Amino acid sequence: MYGKLFVSFWKIGTFTIGGGYVMIPIMEQEIVDRRGWLSREEFMDYLSLSQAMPGIFAVNMATCIGRKLGGIWGVVCAIAGNVLMPIALILMLAMFFRYFRDNVIVERVFMGLRPAVVALIAAPVFRMAKSAKISWSNFWIPLVAALLIWLFGVSPVWVIVAAMAGGLVWGRVKVKG
Amino acid sequence: MILLELFWTFLKIGIFTFGGGYAMVALIQNEVVVNHGWMSQQEFTDILAVSQMTPGPIGINTATYTGYTAVVNSGLPVWEGVVGSLLASLAVILLPVVAMLLVYGYLSHHRDNPVIDAMLKVLRITVVGLIAAAAMLLLTEESFGHPGLNKQFIVSVLIFVGVFYFSLRRRTNPIVLIVASGIVGLVVFSV
Repeated sequence: MYGKLFVSFWKIGTFTIGGGYVMIPIMEQEIVDRRGWLSREEFMDYLSLSQAMPGIFAVNMATCIGRKLGGIWGVVCAIAGNVLMPIALILMLAMFFRYFRDNVIVERVFMGLRPAVVALIAAPVFRMAKSAKISWSNFWIPLVAALLIWLFGVSPVWVIVAAMAGGLVWGRVKVKG
Repeated sequence: MILLELFWTFLKIGIFTFGGGYAMVALIQNEVVVNHGWMSQQEFTDILAVSQMTPGPIGINTATYTGYTAVVNSGLPVWEGVVGSLLASLAVILLPVVAMLLVYGYLSHHRDNPVIDAMLKVLRITVVGLIAAAAMLLLTEESFGHPGLNKQFIVSVLIFVGVFYFSLRRRTNPIVLIVASGIVGLVVFSV
Protein backbone atom coordinates (compact mmCIF):
# COMPACT_ATOMS: atom_id res chain seq x y z
CA MET A 1 0.00 0.00 0.00
CA TYR A 2 2.75 2.47 0.91
CA GLY A 3 4.52 1.73 -2.36
CA LYS A 4 1.36 2.19 -4.39
CA LEU A 5 0.55 5.46 -2.59
CA PHE A 6 4.02 6.73 -3.30
CA VAL A 7 3.88 5.74 -6.97
CA SER A 8 0.42 7.22 -7.52
CA PHE A 9 1.36 10.57 -5.99
CA TRP A 10 4.71 10.50 -7.72
CA LYS A 11 2.82 10.29 -11.01
CA ILE A 12 0.42 13.05 -10.00
CA GLY A 13 3.28 15.34 -8.95
CA THR A 14 5.52 14.59 -11.89
CA PHE A 15 3.11 14.83 -14.78
CA THR A 16 1.17 17.94 -13.87
CA ILE A 17 2.61 21.21 -15.00
CA GLY A 18 0.97 24.51 -14.17
CA GLY A 19 -0.06 24.31 -10.55
CA GLY A 20 -2.19 22.41 -8.07
CA TYR A 21 -5.54 22.78 -9.75
CA VAL A 22 -4.30 21.16 -12.93
CA MET A 23 -3.81 18.10 -10.72
CA ILE A 24 -7.50 17.67 -9.85
CA PRO A 25 -8.64 15.72 -12.93
CA ILE A 26 -5.44 13.66 -12.97
CA MET A 27 -5.81 12.91 -9.26
CA GLU A 28 -9.43 11.96 -9.70
CA GLN A 29 -8.57 9.60 -12.51
CA GLU A 30 -5.73 7.96 -10.57
CA ILE A 31 -7.32 7.78 -7.09
CA VAL A 32 -10.99 7.21 -7.91
CA ASP A 33 -11.12 5.52 -11.31
CA ARG A 34 -7.86 3.61 -11.55
CA ARG A 35 -7.12 2.61 -7.95
CA GLY A 36 -10.62 2.81 -6.54
CA TRP A 37 -9.27 4.11 -3.21
CA LEU A 38 -12.05 6.65 -2.73
CA SER A 39 -15.60 7.02 -3.93
CA ARG A 40 -16.31 10.09 -6.02
CA GLU A 41 -18.21 11.63 -3.09
CA GLU A 42 -15.31 11.08 -0.70
CA PHE A 43 -12.99 12.59 -3.27
CA MET A 44 -15.20 15.69 -3.51
CA ASP A 45 -15.30 15.94 0.31
CA TYR A 46 -11.51 15.82 0.51
CA LEU A 47 -11.31 18.33 -2.31
CA SER A 48 -13.40 20.93 -0.52
CA LEU A 49 -11.61 20.32 2.78
CA SER A 50 -8.20 20.69 1.08
CA GLN A 51 -9.28 23.94 -0.50
CA ALA A 52 -10.63 25.33 2.75
CA MET A 53 -7.56 24.48 4.81
CA PRO A 54 -4.35 26.52 4.69
CA GLY A 55 -1.34 25.36 2.68
CA ILE A 56 -0.69 23.80 -0.68
CA PHE A 57 -3.78 22.23 -2.17
CA ALA A 58 -2.07 19.17 -3.71
CA VAL A 59 -0.17 18.44 -0.49
CA ASN A 60 -3.38 18.75 1.54
CA MET A 61 -5.05 16.24 -0.78
CA ALA A 62 -2.09 13.89 -0.41
CA THR A 63 -2.40 14.28 3.39
CA CYS A 64 -6.07 13.23 3.60
CA ILE A 65 -5.76 10.41 1.11
CA GLY A 66 -2.54 9.13 2.69
CA ARG A 67 -4.12 9.34 6.15
CA LYS A 68 -7.17 7.39 5.07
CA LEU A 69 -5.24 4.61 3.36
CA GLY A 70 -2.13 4.21 5.48
CA GLY A 71 -2.17 6.39 8.60
CA ILE A 72 0.82 8.58 9.34
CA TRP A 73 3.18 6.62 7.10
CA GLY A 74 0.62 6.82 4.33
CA VAL A 75 0.72 10.60 4.71
CA VAL A 76 4.52 10.62 4.52
CA CYS A 77 4.57 8.37 1.42
CA ALA A 78 1.89 10.32 -0.42
CA ILE A 79 3.50 13.72 0.26
CA ALA A 80 7.02 12.49 -0.49
CA GLY A 81 5.82 11.01 -3.77
CA ASN A 82 4.00 14.19 -4.66
CA VAL A 83 6.85 16.66 -4.10
CA LEU A 84 9.97 14.58 -4.81
CA MET A 85 10.30 15.15 -8.55
CA PRO A 86 9.24 18.82 -8.52
CA ILE A 87 11.79 19.61 -5.81
CA ALA A 88 14.60 17.66 -7.53
CA LEU A 89 13.90 19.32 -10.88
CA ILE A 90 13.67 22.82 -9.47
CA LEU A 91 16.87 22.34 -7.51
CA MET A 92 18.74 21.29 -10.63
CA LEU A 93 17.39 24.25 -12.55
CA ALA A 94 18.18 26.63 -9.69
CA MET A 95 21.78 25.41 -9.57
CA PHE A 96 22.36 25.67 -13.31
CA PHE A 97 20.29 28.72 -14.17
CA ARG A 98 22.74 30.99 -12.35
CA TYR A 99 25.36 30.18 -14.98
CA PHE A 100 23.06 30.94 -17.88
CA ARG A 101 21.46 34.08 -16.51
CA ASP A 102 23.81 36.42 -18.28
CA ASN A 103 23.69 34.56 -21.58
CA VAL A 104 22.29 36.87 -24.31
CA ILE A 105 19.80 34.29 -25.61
CA VAL A 106 18.51 33.44 -22.13
CA GLU A 107 18.17 37.14 -21.32
CA ARG A 108 16.08 37.74 -24.45
CA VAL A 109 13.84 34.78 -23.66
CA PHE A 110 13.29 36.10 -20.15
CA MET A 111 12.54 39.60 -21.45
CA GLY A 112 9.55 37.93 -23.12
CA LEU A 113 8.73 35.75 -20.12
CA ARG A 114 8.58 38.43 -17.43
CA PRO A 115 5.51 40.35 -18.65
CA ALA A 116 3.85 36.98 -19.33
CA VAL A 117 4.43 35.85 -15.74
CA VAL A 118 2.94 39.05 -14.37
CA ALA A 119 -0.12 38.55 -16.61
CA LEU A 120 -0.42 34.97 -15.34
CA ILE A 121 -0.59 36.32 -11.76
CA ALA A 122 -3.06 39.06 -12.74
CA ALA A 123 -5.50 36.78 -14.60
CA PRO A 124 -6.45 34.59 -11.61
CA VAL A 125 -7.41 37.78 -9.74
CA PHE A 126 -10.37 38.18 -12.09
CA ARG A 127 -11.06 34.45 -12.29
CA MET A 128 -11.09 34.14 -8.52
CA ALA A 129 -13.17 37.31 -8.13
CA LYS A 130 -15.94 35.46 -9.92
CA SER A 131 -15.66 32.18 -8.01
CA ALA A 132 -15.34 33.96 -4.63
CA LYS A 133 -18.61 35.76 -5.45
CA ILE A 134 -17.29 39.30 -5.17
CA SER A 135 -20.13 41.81 -5.50
CA TRP A 136 -20.65 45.57 -5.09
CA SER A 137 -21.35 45.07 -1.39
CA ASN A 138 -18.08 43.27 -0.56
CA PHE A 139 -15.87 44.73 -3.28
CA TRP A 140 -14.19 46.95 -0.70
CA ILE A 141 -12.64 43.98 1.10
CA PRO A 142 -10.18 42.85 -1.62
CA LEU A 143 -9.64 46.50 -2.56
CA VAL A 144 -8.60 47.51 0.96
CA ALA A 145 -6.51 44.32 1.24
CA ALA A 146 -4.66 45.07 -2.00
CA LEU A 147 -4.07 48.74 -1.11
CA LEU A 148 -2.82 47.92 2.38
CA ILE A 149 -0.26 45.49 0.95
CA TRP A 150 0.67 47.35 -2.20
CA LEU A 151 0.71 50.98 -1.04
CA PHE A 152 1.24 50.76 2.69
CA GLY A 153 3.49 47.71 2.81
CA VAL A 154 1.33 45.85 5.31
CA SER A 155 2.26 42.17 5.49
CA PRO A 156 -0.31 39.86 3.83
CA VAL A 157 -0.12 37.77 7.00
CA TRP A 158 -1.84 40.56 8.98
CA VAL A 159 -4.39 41.03 6.24
CA ILE A 160 -5.23 37.31 6.45
CA VAL A 161 -5.43 37.44 10.25
CA ALA A 162 -7.76 40.45 10.04
CA ALA A 163 -9.92 38.70 7.45
CA MET A 164 -10.20 35.61 9.66
CA ALA A 165 -11.18 37.69 12.68
CA GLY A 166 -13.63 39.74 10.63
CA GLY A 167 -15.12 36.59 9.09
CA LEU A 168 -15.58 34.94 12.48
CA VAL A 169 -17.31 38.02 13.92
CA TRP A 170 -19.52 38.33 10.85
CA GLY A 171 -20.39 34.62 11.07
CA ARG A 172 -21.32 34.94 14.77
CA VAL A 173 -23.51 37.96 14.11
CA LYS A 174 -25.21 36.14 11.23
CA VAL A 175 -25.87 33.04 13.35
CA LYS A 176 -27.38 35.05 16.22
CA GLY A 177 -29.31 37.52 14.11
CA MET B 1 21.46 32.56 10.76
CA ILE B 2 19.72 32.58 7.41
CA LEU B 3 18.71 28.90 7.42
CA LEU B 4 16.76 29.28 10.65
CA GLU B 5 15.21 32.50 9.44
CA LEU B 6 14.25 30.78 6.20
CA PHE B 7 12.61 27.92 8.08
CA TRP B 8 10.63 30.25 10.31
CA THR B 9 9.61 32.45 7.37
CA PHE B 10 8.29 29.52 5.33
CA LEU B 11 6.47 28.05 8.35
CA LYS B 12 4.60 31.34 8.49
CA ILE B 13 3.97 31.39 4.74
CA GLY B 14 2.57 27.85 4.83
CA ILE B 15 0.04 28.34 7.58
CA PHE B 16 -1.19 31.70 6.28
CA THR B 17 -1.77 30.51 2.72
CA PHE B 18 -5.48 30.29 2.01
CA GLY B 19 -6.79 29.88 -1.49
CA GLY B 20 -4.16 28.14 -3.56
CA GLY B 21 -0.77 28.54 -5.15
CA TYR B 22 -1.05 32.14 -6.22
CA ALA B 23 -1.96 33.22 -2.71
CA MET B 24 1.22 31.51 -1.56
CA VAL B 25 3.21 33.26 -4.28
CA ALA B 26 1.92 36.59 -2.91
CA LEU B 27 3.10 35.69 0.60
CA ILE B 28 6.48 34.40 -0.57
CA GLN B 29 7.04 37.58 -2.60
CA ASN B 30 6.24 39.73 0.41
CA GLU B 31 8.59 37.81 2.69
CA VAL B 32 11.60 37.15 0.45
CA VAL B 33 11.61 40.36 -1.61
CA VAL B 34 9.94 43.06 0.51
CA ASN B 35 10.60 42.01 4.12
CA HIS B 36 13.94 40.24 3.93
CA GLY B 37 15.41 41.57 0.67
CA TRP B 38 16.82 38.13 -0.10
CA MET B 39 16.38 38.79 -3.84
CA SER B 40 15.19 41.47 -6.26
CA GLN B 41 11.70 41.71 -7.70
CA GLN B 42 13.12 40.71 -11.07
CA GLU B 43 14.88 37.63 -9.74
CA PHE B 44 11.60 36.64 -8.12
CA THR B 45 9.75 37.09 -11.43
CA ASP B 46 12.29 34.83 -13.17
CA ILE B 47 11.82 32.21 -10.47
CA LEU B 48 8.06 32.39 -10.98
CA ALA B 49 8.51 31.79 -14.71
CA VAL B 50 10.56 28.65 -14.04
CA SER B 51 8.21 27.50 -11.24
CA GLN B 52 5.23 27.57 -13.56
CA MET B 53 7.00 25.74 -16.34
CA THR B 54 8.19 22.78 -14.29
CA PRO B 55 5.94 20.04 -12.88
CA GLY B 56 4.46 20.21 -9.41
CA PRO B 57 2.53 22.67 -7.28
CA ILE B 58 3.59 26.30 -7.85
CA GLY B 59 3.82 26.86 -4.10
CA ILE B 60 6.33 24.03 -3.62
CA ASN B 61 8.36 25.00 -6.68
CA THR B 62 8.55 28.65 -5.66
CA ALA B 63 9.45 27.75 -2.07
CA THR B 64 12.21 25.39 -3.21
CA TYR B 65 13.66 27.86 -5.68
CA THR B 66 13.49 30.94 -3.46
CA GLY B 67 14.91 28.94 -0.54
CA TYR B 68 17.94 28.04 -2.62
CA THR B 69 18.38 31.51 -4.10
CA ALA B 70 18.04 33.32 -0.77
CA VAL B 71 20.87 31.26 0.76
CA VAL B 72 23.20 31.41 -2.23
CA ASN B 73 22.58 35.15 -2.68
CA SER B 74 23.77 35.72 0.86
CA GLY B 75 27.16 34.33 -0.12
CA LEU B 76 26.88 30.83 1.32
CA PRO B 77 28.04 27.75 -0.63
CA VAL B 78 25.82 25.72 -2.95
CA TRP B 79 25.30 22.83 -0.52
CA GLU B 80 23.84 25.21 2.03
CA GLY B 81 21.59 26.48 -0.73
CA VAL B 82 20.38 22.93 -1.21
CA VAL B 83 19.75 22.64 2.54
CA GLY B 84 17.92 25.98 2.39
CA SER B 85 15.67 24.83 -0.44
CA LEU B 86 14.79 21.62 1.38
CA LEU B 87 14.14 23.48 4.64
CA ALA B 88 11.88 25.98 2.86
CA SER B 89 9.90 23.20 1.16
CA LEU B 90 9.56 21.23 4.38
CA ALA B 91 8.58 24.30 6.41
CA VAL B 92 5.96 25.41 3.92
CA ILE B 93 4.05 22.11 4.16
CA LEU B 94 4.66 21.27 7.83
CA LEU B 95 1.97 23.25 9.67
CA PRO B 96 -0.77 22.82 7.04
CA VAL B 97 -0.22 19.04 7.15
CA VAL B 98 -0.48 19.03 10.95
CA ALA B 99 -3.63 21.18 10.70
CA MET B 100 -5.07 18.82 8.08
CA LEU B 101 -4.45 15.79 10.31
CA LEU B 102 -6.08 17.56 13.27
CA VAL B 103 -9.30 18.38 11.42
CA TYR B 104 -9.37 15.07 9.53
CA GLY B 105 -11.33 13.42 12.33
CA TYR B 106 -13.84 16.26 12.53
CA LEU B 107 -14.44 16.35 8.81
CA SER B 108 -18.22 16.05 9.01
CA HIS B 109 -18.68 18.43 11.97
CA HIS B 110 -16.89 21.42 10.57
CA ARG B 111 -18.32 21.32 7.10
CA ASP B 112 -21.71 22.59 8.21
CA ASN B 113 -20.53 25.10 10.77
CA PRO B 114 -21.95 28.48 9.63
CA VAL B 115 -19.34 30.53 11.51
CA ILE B 116 -16.45 28.66 9.86
CA ASP B 117 -18.26 28.97 6.52
CA ALA B 118 -18.54 32.74 6.96
CA MET B 119 -14.84 33.00 7.82
CA LEU B 120 -13.85 30.99 4.74
CA LYS B 121 -16.05 33.17 2.56
CA VAL B 122 -14.35 36.35 3.80
CA LEU B 123 -10.94 34.71 3.37
CA ARG B 124 -11.68 33.73 -0.24
CA ILE B 125 -12.68 37.31 -1.01
CA THR B 126 -9.64 38.78 0.74
CA VAL B 127 -7.20 36.50 -1.05
CA VAL B 128 -8.24 38.06 -4.36
CA GLY B 129 -6.89 41.38 -3.08
CA LEU B 130 -3.72 39.66 -1.91
CA ILE B 131 -2.98 38.30 -5.36
CA ALA B 132 -3.90 41.63 -6.97
CA ALA B 133 -1.29 43.33 -4.77
CA ALA B 134 1.30 40.72 -5.79
CA ALA B 135 0.61 41.44 -9.46
CA MET B 136 0.84 45.21 -8.85
CA LEU B 137 4.18 44.77 -7.10
CA LEU B 138 5.50 42.81 -10.07
CA LEU B 139 4.76 45.66 -12.50
CA THR B 140 8.33 46.93 -12.39
CA GLU B 141 10.66 48.64 -14.81
CA GLU B 142 13.03 45.67 -14.58
CA SER B 143 10.35 43.40 -16.00
CA PHE B 144 8.68 45.73 -18.51
CA GLY B 145 11.42 48.17 -19.49
CA HIS B 146 11.34 51.94 -18.99
CA PRO B 147 7.82 53.22 -19.78
CA GLY B 148 7.69 55.12 -23.06
CA LEU B 149 7.91 54.57 -26.79
CA ASN B 150 10.74 52.10 -26.72
CA LYS B 151 10.82 48.60 -28.08
CA GLN B 152 11.09 46.67 -24.81
CA PHE B 153 8.21 48.48 -23.12
CA ILE B 154 5.86 48.21 -26.10
CA VAL B 155 6.61 44.53 -26.65
CA SER B 156 6.22 43.85 -22.91
CA VAL B 157 2.82 45.53 -22.78
CA LEU B 158 1.67 43.60 -25.86
CA ILE B 159 2.83 40.29 -24.32
CA PHE B 160 1.14 41.20 -21.04
CA VAL B 161 -2.19 42.00 -22.71
CA GLY B 162 -2.03 38.91 -24.93
CA VAL B 163 -1.20 36.48 -22.14
CA PHE B 164 -3.80 38.08 -19.86
CA TYR B 165 -6.47 37.67 -22.53
CA PHE B 166 -5.63 34.07 -23.40
CA SER B 167 -5.30 33.05 -19.75
CA LEU B 168 -8.54 34.69 -18.61
CA ARG B 169 -10.86 34.30 -21.59
CA ARG B 170 -9.55 31.27 -23.42
CA ARG B 171 -8.19 29.37 -20.40
CA THR B 172 -5.05 28.59 -22.36
CA ASN B 173 -2.56 26.39 -20.49
CA PRO B 174 0.06 28.57 -18.74
CA ILE B 175 2.91 26.47 -20.15
CA VAL B 176 1.80 27.21 -23.70
CA LEU B 177 1.64 30.93 -22.90
CA ILE B 178 5.04 30.96 -21.21
CA VAL B 179 6.76 29.07 -23.99
CA ALA B 180 5.13 31.30 -26.63
CA SER B 181 6.19 34.47 -24.77
CA GLY B 182 9.74 33.18 -24.47
CA ILE B 183 9.87 32.56 -28.21
CA VAL B 184 8.39 36.00 -28.93
CA GLY B 185 11.01 37.56 -26.64
CA LEU B 186 13.86 35.69 -28.30
CA VAL B 187 12.73 36.58 -31.82
CA VAL B 188 11.71 40.21 -31.22
CA PHE B 189 14.75 41.16 -29.14
CA SER B 190 17.17 39.43 -31.54
CA VAL B 191 16.22 41.48 -34.60
